[in-house]
Amino acid sequence: MTKNIEISPKTLAQQVRRDIVRMVYEAKSGHPGGSLGCVETLVSLYLDVMDLHSEFRMNGQNEDMFFLSNGHISPVWYSVLARIGYFEVRELATFRQINSRLQGHPTPYEHLPGVRVASGSLGQGLSVAAGAALAKRLAHEKNKVFVLMGDGEQQEGQIWEAASFAAHHKLDNLIAMIDVNGIQIDGRTQDVMNNRDLAEKWKSFGWEVEIITDANDYDLVTARLKSIKAKQNQPVCVLLHTVMGKGVDYMENSHKWHGNAPNQAQFESAMNQLPSDLLDY
Amino acid sequence: MYQIKDLLIRGQKDTRSGFGDAMAEMVDNEKIVALCADLTGSLKLDAFKEKAPNRFFQAGIAEQNMIGVAAGLSLSGLIPFATTFANFATARVYDQIRQSIAYSKTNVKICASHAGITLGEDGATHQIMEDIGLMQMLPHFIVINPCDYYQTYQATKAIALTQDPTYLRFGRPVLPVFIPENAPFEIGKALKLNDGKDITIVATGHLVWEAVQAIEILEKEGISCDLLNIHTIKPLDLDAILASVKKTGKILVCEEHQRLGGLTSTIALNLSEIHPTPLKSISMMDTFGESGTPNDLMKKYGLSSENIVKTIQSWLAL
Repeated sequence: MTKNIEISPKTLAQQVRRDIVRMVYEAKSGHPGGSLGCVETLVSLYLDVMDLHSEFRMNGQNEDMFFLSNGHISPVWYSVLARIGYFEVRELATFRQINSRLQGHPTPYEHLPGVRVASGSLGQGLSVAAGAALAKRLAHEKNKVFVLMGDGEQQEGQIWEAASFAAHHKLDNLIAMIDVNGIQIDGRTQDVMNNRDLAEKWKSFGWEVEIITDANDYDLVTARLKSIKAKQNQPVCVLLHTVMGKGVDYMENSHKWHGNAPNQAQFESAMNQLPSDLLDY
Repeated sequence: MYQIKDLLIRGQKDTRSGFGDAMAEMVDNEKIVALCADLTGSLKLDAFKEKAPNRFFQAGIAEQNMIGVAAGLSLSGLIPFATTFANFATARVYDQIRQSIAYSKTNVKICASHAGITLGEDGATHQIMEDIGLMQMLPHFIVINPCDYYQTYQATKAIALTQDPTYLRFGRPVLPVFIPENAPFEIGKALKLNDGKDITIVATGHLVWEAVQAIEILEKEGISCDLLNIHTIKPLDLDAILASVKKTGKILVCEEHQRLGGLTSTIALNLSEIHPTPLKSISMMDTFGESGTPNDLMKKYGLSSENIVKTIQSWLAL
């Protein structure tokens, strides 16, 4: 690892949760539910799993690359990127404000370190990641390309085009992760548009499938992602079982918190539930 | 400066072959990679594929993914040429282009064949004439619509040298190769093909040849036409258009595209703002095409030298 962070990952994860709730509260909009559910995954990737240069490089050469396909969970990504030093933590206060690099959905348009391609319109990130993986193979690089998608996002047809492409072209440096929290805007994923058996679907498309039963367990998700990365020999799909809204009791497992901001009382309640030794932005 | 009477016809070829030949010649540039969605032969990419099999990627009939893969490939510094028919390269994948290429400003070259009504017998499902409008609306995009084999060859080589998201539009019909070998190709610069004083004709794509034929007839009748070949729709060479209409006071725009959203709309908008000029258009009049030979279709829908002649004759007779 080239990222030298002295804080323990679990301490950082707790602070990232505080950042997420504060950003969405202050912007009076945003997507806290999925963001909170993916805290451990993103902290783990950036602190323990990915090999990264100390400074952001757009071309991603000779380092692992990460793409966020479900761009609406930008708060968790922005917080992690800032907390590991890609940009100043105080910039988190500009989230969703005018003249900010921290757009509602991530974009390289404003040159925010860490973001290589815009996302927000769902279903596109896996294709982009497959392209980046192909480029690494052409350059004879050994590094990996990670992409995170949502489970609701699996309803987009483009994902299955990309799934076929990656398997056909044997992209053994591509790791697709799905945040399986079972919830989307209109309700439970199985009620809105049943994805059926995601593991079987991905297997039938020619991917190896790994399941992490509790991706909010930092040690578990870190150990599994490290092991998957080390022994990969075909495209791998990782089903990350998470709890939407993890860490804030009234947000947990509720589709109401997919894309809603807390009011002042709810914000204060969340802050009380997430004590941290680190400083808020 | 050229005059139509000096133009030499150097054989008959399709514009798409200009693309394929340029790609084959650029094969030694290891930055260039090509993708195609199950239309490799139609895009004339067989030679590139044969010479650089490791830099050609079959995407299958899955254009949305192809656009995203191209964006991902470009991040490392590669120059991806993502290719298919114009309908599937634009309308079908517009949101993918908008987010992963235009907004993200990734250096992807979308190269599309079989644009326009001259696709012919396959009919309206495949004859896109809305693509220029779609693509020129996107911020960051360069939009190029060359007129013959040689200009397509030149354009293909030129776009490989830029860092901009680019849409290159070409087609299927076999037409005379008439752009002079010494003609410069500069992105964003119109090519003046005839000097005249009575009317400005601005033409793009396959209709440039129709305009050339029309001017030969009109000149015999004593009507002298300025002919500007606009190969780059965006950025538009407004200076060249302005210089011409200040001289002639009239402009006829010729394009194999819907008049709404195409070169006609763009020129009308720009001239209205800075130098209002009487304008007429040879273009698709808010209708779909149909099956038929390219020649029959161009005549039926008025995208022909005959209609250019008729339109100018009646306009100048007023």
